[in-house]
Parts: sequence; structure tokens; C-alpha cells
Amino acid sequence: MAEIAAPAPSPTRPKLALDGRAFLSRWGALLALVGLIAFNLAFTPNFATWQTLNVNLTQVCAIVIVGVGMTLVIATGGIDLSVGALMAIAGALAPLIFMGKLFPLPHPMVGVALAFVLPVLAAGALGWFNGWLVTRFRIQPIVATLVLFIAGRGIAQVMTNGNLQVFKAPEFQFIGLGRVFGIPFQAVLMVIVVAAAAWMLRRTLFGRQILAVGGNERAARLAGIPVGAVKRRAYLISGLLAGVAGLIVIARNSAADANLVGLGMELDAIAAVAVGGTLLTGGRATIVGTLVGALIIQLVRYTLLANGVPDAAALIVKAGIIVLAVWLQRQSHR
Amino acid sequence: MPSPAPQTVRRLSRHGVVIALLALILFGYLRYDNFLGTFNVLSVLRYNAMFALVSLGMAYVIMTGGIDLSVGSTAALGSVVAALLSPYGLVPGLLGGLAAGLAVGAVNALVITRLNILPFVATLATMLAASGCALLLAGNQSVSVSYETGFIELGQGDLLGFPVPAWIALAAFLAGAIALNLTAWGRTVLAVGGNEEATRLMGLPADRAKASVYLVSGALAGLAGVILAAQFGAGQPIEGVGWELFAIAAVVVGGTLLTGGVGSVGSTLAGVLLLGLIFNILNFENGLGQISLSAYWQSVVRGAFLLLVVVIQARLAGRTEEPA
Amino acid sequence: MSPLLSMRGIDKRFAGTPALTGASLEVAPGEVHALIGQNGAGKSTLIKILTGYHAKDAGEVLFNGRPIAFASPGEAQRAGISTIYQEINLVPYRSVTENICLGRETRRFGLLDWRAMHEEARALLARFGIAIDVRRPVMTYPTAVQQMVAIGRAIGFKARLVVMDEPTSSLDEREVAVLFDVIRGLKETGVSVIFVSHKLDELYAVCDRVTIMRDGRTVRVGAMGEVSRLDLVTTMLGRELERTLHDDARGGPARAGAGAVIEVRGLSAGPRVRDVSFDVREGEIVGLAGLLGAGRTESARVVFGADPMGGGTVRLSGRDGAPASPADAIRAGLGFVSEDRKLEGIVPGLSVRENLTLALMPQLTRAGVVDEGRTRAIVDRFIERLRIKCASPEQPIRELSGGNQQKVLLARWLCMNPRLLILDEPTRGIDVGAKAEILNLVRGLSREGLSVLMISSELEEVVEAAARVFVLRDGRTVAELDGDAVTEPAIMAAMAHGPESAEAGHG
Repeated sequence: MAEIAAPAPSPTRPKLALDGRAFLSRWGALLALVGLIAFNLAFTPNFATWQTLNVNLTQVCAIVIVGVGMTLVIATGGIDLSVGALMAIAGALAPLIFMGKLFPLPHPMVGVALAFVLPVLAAGALGWFNGWLVTRFRIQPIVATLVLFIAGRGIAQVMTNGNLQVFKAPEFQFIGLGRVFGIPFQAVLMVIVVAAAAWMLRRTLFGRQILAVGGNERAARLAGIPVGAVKRRAYLISGLLAGVAGLIVIARNSAADANLVGLGMELDAIAAVAVGGTLLTGGRATIVGTLVGALIIQLVRYTLLANGVPDAAALIVKAGIIVLAVWLQRQSHR
Repeated sequence: MPSPAPQTVRRLSRHGVVIALLALILFGYLRYDNFLGTFNVLSVLRYNAMFALVSLGMAYVIMTGGIDLSVGSTAALGSVVAALLSPYGLVPGLLGGLAAGLAVGAVNALVITRLNILPFVATLATMLAASGCALLLAGNQSVSVSYETGFIELGQGDLLGFPVPAWIALAAFLAGAIALNLTAWGRTVLAVGGNEEATRLMGLPADRAKASVYLVSGALAGLAGVILAAQFGAGQPIEGVGWELFAIAAVVVGGTLLTGGVGSVGSTLAGVLLLGLIFNILNFENGLGQISLSAYWQSVVRGAFLLLVVVIQARLAGRTEEPA
Repeated sequence: MSPLLSMRGIDKRFAGTPALTGASLEVAPGEVHALIGQNGAGKSTLIKILTGYHAKDAGEVLFNGRPIAFASPGEAQRAGISTIYQEINLVPYRSVTENICLGRETRRFGLLDWRAMHEEARALLARFGIAIDVRRPVMTYPTAVQQMVAIGRAIGFKARLVVMDEPTSSLDEREVAVLFDVIRGLKETGVSVIFVSHKLDELYAVCDRVTIMRDGRTVRVGAMGEVSRLDLVTTMLGRELERTLHDDARGGPARAGAGAVIEVRGLSAGPRVRDVSFDVREGEIVGLAGLLGAGRTESARVVFGADPMGGGTVRLSGRDGAPASPADAIRAGLGFVSEDRKLEGIVPGLSVRENLTLALMPQLTRAGVVDEGRTRAIVDRFIERLRIKCASPEQPIRELSGGNQQKVLLARWLCMNPRLLILDEPTRGIDVGAKAEILNLVRGLSREGLSVLMISSELEEVVEAAARVFVLRDGRTVAELDGDAVTEPAIMAAMAHGPESAEAGHG
């Protein structure tokens, strides 16, 4: 019974303690990042070097690019478990194309061009399929994307027969190894993706619709927003970006291993999104936050490693950070 | 609220998996020699016992409407602890693995019911933490078990001509079925998943039921870890990757609704065996030599199976496209 | 005879807002007691205090002569107070037996004794003349049976007091008759019933006494036979019969010759809407009145394309057929402010600006990119025009007061220049000042040519604002009042009795 139309939220400021938490949940991630950098500058030897920057950036690029797509999907109130498998598919497909194993190539450069385009489109199509399952059958996102999580890697393995595809294709590998003014190209790509997505989320109709759908699906529908189409597009983008990340990873390794490309990526991406401050139930999202979240997780790991703490302990710290971030979010946003 | 043919949904999702399993067995029996031979049957059972245990725990969690992503790394942790304790004997190894699993389950239960954090996130975090603990304890490598104390019997031994892991899984499923069907706890678990608010209003201990399933799931995952260590002769800190999703798939294929409220222990076992047999049949098919399907097809087939099941579930439940 | 239940001087505040002020309720053993009041009158809060869902701030509750304060519904249940909620609170996938017996299972050797439990469930239902397979999930049975299952559960717990919160809202007439037999049966065995309903016929059919609540207070208690229907309605709504003053502040009198923006004839949809007809002309405010559950909101949702239509005709600006979706309705020039601001109105995390332009956004974009300049201009204009109080257009809407949230939702549609605006309880849950402001605004808009269909449970509002009023009762349009005929007594009379003539035909 809608007896009390819920006590109207008072316009006055909430209590101080809550305010502190709200502040933490809004700026906490950034503060943590700054703190980590400061700590490293002070205590970690050789921290302020190009080498360190590059190592950390290359570790984090694929996670951030996938995380951007994940942020959009989570912002609609969904989740995408299939990103790692889609990376594997894109990663398996690209070498097959530029090595001419799928179809004869008129010119090697055509192969390279197609190797950029087709795998990404394939991953995008599968992403759209996820969205279709979610909207057409109202299957919960976690199950709908579980299908491709399981089958997707299998598809990649079947395509390559589980073999490691080793290659040397400098033009193609530019995406993973190339440098622009000394900065790794993948980092440039990452920044472009983050900037474009952040702009889209804030400035475009689609961005608003994503947040409205995730924030209150019923209200969005009553305001005439095509809820299904918006969701499908978010999953499509997540798929496309997973494809791009897959290409980066294989280019970096000069090899495509369908068993390993993107393994566990869904969890890394979700962790980055959560730590970055995006609401996991949808409706509030920050792309830059996801970047910051991924950087924090990477930097914590680096800091611990560089200071002699084993990698395994970093996992436990990561778990703590995730729970803390989500708990803080709950406190400020209820 | 009532969907058009809920009874059909229940029947189909409950018996569909058993029918599919029997059909698959019949297919294998007619097509391959030795498919039902003692060796094949026993090795399928031995190998799938761990997955069965993990899936059973997952089934309870899903029945309450939750999810437990930590089972895989909990099993890894259990295997490491068990391996470390195996020099002291079978029992300490067994109990150690169980205790490790229970500990992870307890953290899950606390974070979910006390901090009110979504099961998905909470268990994602404990998944990482359990994995970290396993690696730390194991020193980043697999830990050999002691072959002196009889610990490996838990994985490699036979009892009355039947593999010990299969006995353990069988016992767990029997106890699990009894707990679900013949105790108030089991019924409360299902009620919480079906309608948590109503369960509370009925005066049933909803929070306790929710917490308990994570404990059970943790303990069973720990037990699976013990068997893992005993079977392969080593505690495996990096095993268990993807187990949670295999378990979810088995539970869903077994007809348990992911939204909670409906589920069966027997069908979950059928779901595990069904997914396990797909692998087995692929092996036999390759053995025939007519076609050569790589083992990699198994995940494709499993995925396709899961797709089929969830789409059928959705259709039968009468969920339609959301307008516009 | 001493009362079975006696609640006296109950106070309850939610976040500082009083929900109950010195409310009281007394129920004798074996009595069927009606508890009525408008939305927000405090019935549910009172019941939830009784059943241990909320804790009271002040007052005393005596049950069976002993003071009680339950910590949970479970405790109340064990003490003999069972509640059957409006949305039936059963676990749909589980069997009838489980739903009846969970919480006091029969055991054998420590395990559940299903045979005995099935038997018990069967026996309990047999008392209502119901013989069904108790092993099947409760969701496979019609609502009426589910209701009986809920009642069976209550009786199984040896309840001495059964609270029924609008138990008949989803039952058909035959099912209601069965329910009443059950209630009379309960009464014979000495069980008391608190019966909450908005359907007056039912109250007179089954209840012995009545407690009427208004604004968190108990305003009248009496034997059912001594309170006339009109008394009941007027006391509930807090209106004196004599007060029929009628100022001409009323906006948008029907303009002669103005065309109908919308015409609805014989609309039916689901169980709540059976035969609804109304029309709204250009620049006119039309009220849709009726008690709770009369089908007002449901009709409006169908017209807006949010729910599917069963039968009847809808003509929108001369075009035939109801919209297929809200998007479709919006294209046809409709706007809809839902009664549930939280659930269906605001997107809490988004800013005032984003909420305000949610529906307009497609028109504010060039190649998918939002034109920030135009957006800001529009938002600023409406914030000023509607006097929305917010720190800035970027403030999250959840931080605004209810009244200001409502204004933003109004602005969401006004900026679309709609032809017809449907307002469902536009003043619910907002303070008095904001109420008046919103009503004035609506009147002003209608003078400028906007057509408005207003659903409101506050008769005063309807009478003040509307030029014509359609009264709904049990899913049917029972009266159309026009011009000077729009008075509170007339509306209440229609709500209470329906049109004296037509009713016989409908049955």
C-alpha cells in the first residue's frame, strides 16, 4: 500500500558523517590514486621513469578499454560476463585473416585492414546477441552473457584448433606495440576510447538514455525511451570494445592463444568499474572513474610487487578494495 | 503474476534434463563400445565428483536468488590446505579443506547479509581473496600431498568397487536432497528465493537461510578441493578457474530458476552429469575416427545447451519482449 | 465483553512527518471490524504497528488484555495475529502445503512429515469448501484460491485475529461471496477480523462495526448499521455535507464547440477496468474521481499505451486506437505524470536538468549530440516559470523535496507542448503550499489551451479544478457531472451509490 508516499527527502544537508562518506565515495578513488602515486614516488625506487609508466600503462590498457564497455552495460543495469571470451574470438580471428588462412588475400595490407575490422565487428555482433537475449527473452544479463562466456572461448579454440598462432606482422602489431611520440599506441587508443565514451555518456542522447534506463527503467519507458534498443546498443558497444582489446593483447604478445586471451578479463573489468565508483545496480556511471579504478588496481599490485609483497597478497588487497568501494557507495547512495 | 503454464515449466525443466541425460546415455551406449563399460563409467564419476559437489552448493545459493562466484578459488584454497595437512593424516586433510571452505563461506555470508552487498560483488571479491590465500599458502606452486597417510584414497581410492569421490558426492547429494525436501531449512531456502518479503512476513528466518547457503556452498567447495588434491596428488592453487560458471550452467541446465525459488537437488546432479558426458562423448566420437572433433567443441556444445535451456525457460515462463 | 484488541493513543512519525497521531482501534472477540480511510489516512501504518512491522512512538496496544509490542511479524503470528496482505504474500512457486504449513512444520524422526502436512492443508481448505491438489505450486491457482490459502495459513496458526488488507481487490463477485462465507465462518468460531476495503457494499455485507481514519487520527467508530454510506464517505474524506461552496476559480470551463482531444468509450482492460468512458475537450480540465481501486489509474495507463487495452474504443485527436506504447502516445501529444513519483517518475541519480528533459531530449539533439545551450535555456525557463526550488539545474533530483520533484515531472511534459496531460494524483505526498502552487499552475495552463485529465483522491482538488468530472466505481463510469453539478456531495453520492438507475442492469 502506498500509504506514506515515503518521507520526502529533505532539502537540508544530510548529517556530517554521511557527507564525509559521500565525499569519499565521490572523490575517494581519485584520492586513493594520488595517494598511491605519492607513496610510490617517495618509497619505490625508480618509480618516476618512463619504463615504469609504460609497464603500468600496457598492463592496464586492455582492462580499461573493456571496462569502458562494461561501464556502459552496468549503467543500464546489466552485466557482461562474455567480454573475455569475445576477446579470445577476436584474437583468434585476426591472425587467421592476415595470415590468409580464412580466405586468399589480394594484398597483405588488405589482410591487415580486414584483420582490424572483421574481428571487432564479429565481437560486436556477438555483443549485440547478448543484448538481444537480455531484451527479447528477458533473461537476466548474468545468464544471458554466461552463454557466450562458456561457448565463446570454445568457438575461438575450435577456430584455431587450440593451437598457439605465432606471427610477426609489424603493421598489424602497431596496435599493441607501436608508439606515437614515444607513447605506446595502445595507451593513446585507451585515452581516445575513454574520452569518447565519457563525452558520449555526458553529452549525447544515447548517454542520457543509458543512465535513465539504468536509473529507473519504468520511468524511462513512460518517458518514451526505447529501453530495449538502448540496452542492445550498450551490449553491442561492450562487444566491439572487447574485440579491440583482444587485438591489442595478441599484438602485444605476437601470438594468439585462444586458451588465454582475455581469461578472467570480465572480473578485472567489473572490479575496475566497481572501484571507479559506477553504481553496480545501474543509473550512475563514470567512465573516467573506471579508468581510475583500473589504474588503482594495477598500481596497488605494482606497488606491492615493487616493495617485495607477493602477487598473491595483492589479490587479497584487491578483494578488500572492491568490497570497501562498493560499501562506501552504498552508504552515500541509498 | 501467475504465468500461463507454470506446471509445464516445472515439469519440463525438472524432467527435461533427466530425459536429455538418459537420451545422451542411450545414444552413447548404442554408438560406442564400452561406453557403459565399468572403466568409462567409473572414470566419468570419479572426475565429475568435484564438479558435482560445487554445483550442489551453487544450487542452494541460486535457490535463494543469490550467486556464489567464489567456489572455484575456494576449491583451490581447500586443495592447498588439505595438501598441506595431508602428512598428518586423512582426517586432518579432509577437515582442513572443509574448514577453509567454511571460512570463505562465512565471509560471504557476513558481507552479503550484514553489509548488504550484492552477492555478485561480494563473492567476486572473496573469489580473489581466496585465490590470493591459496597462492600465499602454496608459495605460488602446487603442493604435493603425502602418499604415506592414505590421504590420496579420498581421490583415487575405491570402496566396494566404486570410486571414493563418487561415494562422497553421492552422500552429499543424498543428504542434500533430504535437507532440501525434508527439513524446514530446505523449504525456507526455497521460500526466500521465491519471495523474500513474503518469507519475512510469514515469520520465517530469511536472513539465516540466506547466510546458511553460502556456508554450505563454501564447505562443499572446500570438500571438492580436498578431492582435487587427493585425485591429482597435489594442492592446486591455480585450479578452479571457471568452475563457478560451470556450476552455474549445471544448475541452470538442471532447471533451477536463476531468480530463485525453484530447484531440485536431483536435477542438479543430472545437469552436472549431462555437461560432463558431453566431454566424454566427444572423446568417444573422436575415438571412432570418422570425424575429428577437438575437445574444444565441448564448451561450444555446453554453451549451446545453456542457451537452449534458458530460452526455453524464458518462453515457457511467458516472459515477452519488453515493449518499445 | 472486554475487547480482544485495543490500541490507544498510537503515535508514529516517519522522518519527522507524523503518520499517526493518537490513533485508536478496538476490536471485540468474534467481530468483523471495518477499518477505512483514504490513502495516507494511516490504516496501513496502524496495521503494521499491530503486526510488529513498525515500532510505535507512543501509545499502548493490548491484545487479549495483555500489553504487547511485537518485534516482527513472526512474533505477532505466534501470538495469534495473522495478516493477509493486499498483494498476496505467498511464495508463488512453492506448493499450497508449504505456504500453509511453513513455520510450524509437522515432523517425524526430525524430518518433515509431508503426508501429515498435506493432510492438514487439505483439511484446512476443506473448511472453505475448497478441494484442490495441495502439492501443486500456489501460483497455478486463481487469485481467490490463493487468498483462501493465505487465510488457511492464518487459521492454521490458530489466529485469534485475522487482518485482511483489501482482500477483495482482485476477486470477482463469486469469489467475494466465498470469501464472505469464510469470514462468517471465522466469526462463528470466535475469530475476529479486521477488514480493510474501499468497496462500500462489501463493508455493509460483512462487517459489524467500523473505524474511520483520516489524517492519522481515528475520527469515528460505530456500528455498521448506524453509519450511512454518505456518512461513511464524507467522514472519510473530511467534508461536511453543507460545504458546497463553489468559487469560480475553476479553470477552463468547457468551451462551446471545442473538439474532443480524447474520447474513450467502453474501455476494458484486466480485472480492474470493465467499462470506462470519458472524454476531454480542448483547454478543459476533466477530473476522474472514484475510490481507490475503482480503475482510474489503470484506465489512464491504458490510454497512455503503458498497459495493453482489452476492449472498447479510444479516439485520440480524431485518430482511432489506443497508443501501442508510451513513445507512441508521446508522439500523439500525450503526457503522463504517474501517481508513483519514486517508482515511475524520477530517475533519482540524474540531475534536475536531465530529468526535466528526459522526454524532450530527442528533440534537443543534433545528430545524437545534446544541444546544451538550448537545453539550458529550456530548463532555466521552466525552473523559473514553475518556481522549482533547487540549488542548480545540476542538483540530483533525489535531493529535492516532493513538491519540487513533482514540478520537475510536470515540466518534463510541459516542455513537450502536449495536447493532453494526464495527471495521476499530482499532489500526493507533497506539502500544502506546493499543492496549491501546482493546482494553480495546472489551471493557468488550461486557460492557455492545454487539456488536462486529472485523477485525484482529494475531492476538494477535483471540484476546484475540473470543469467536468467522471466518477468511476468498480471499473465502470457511473456518472458524468458537468458545470454546476460538480460538487463534492454529488461526487460522493456517485462514489457511494453509483447512478441509481443504471446499476441494476449491470448487476
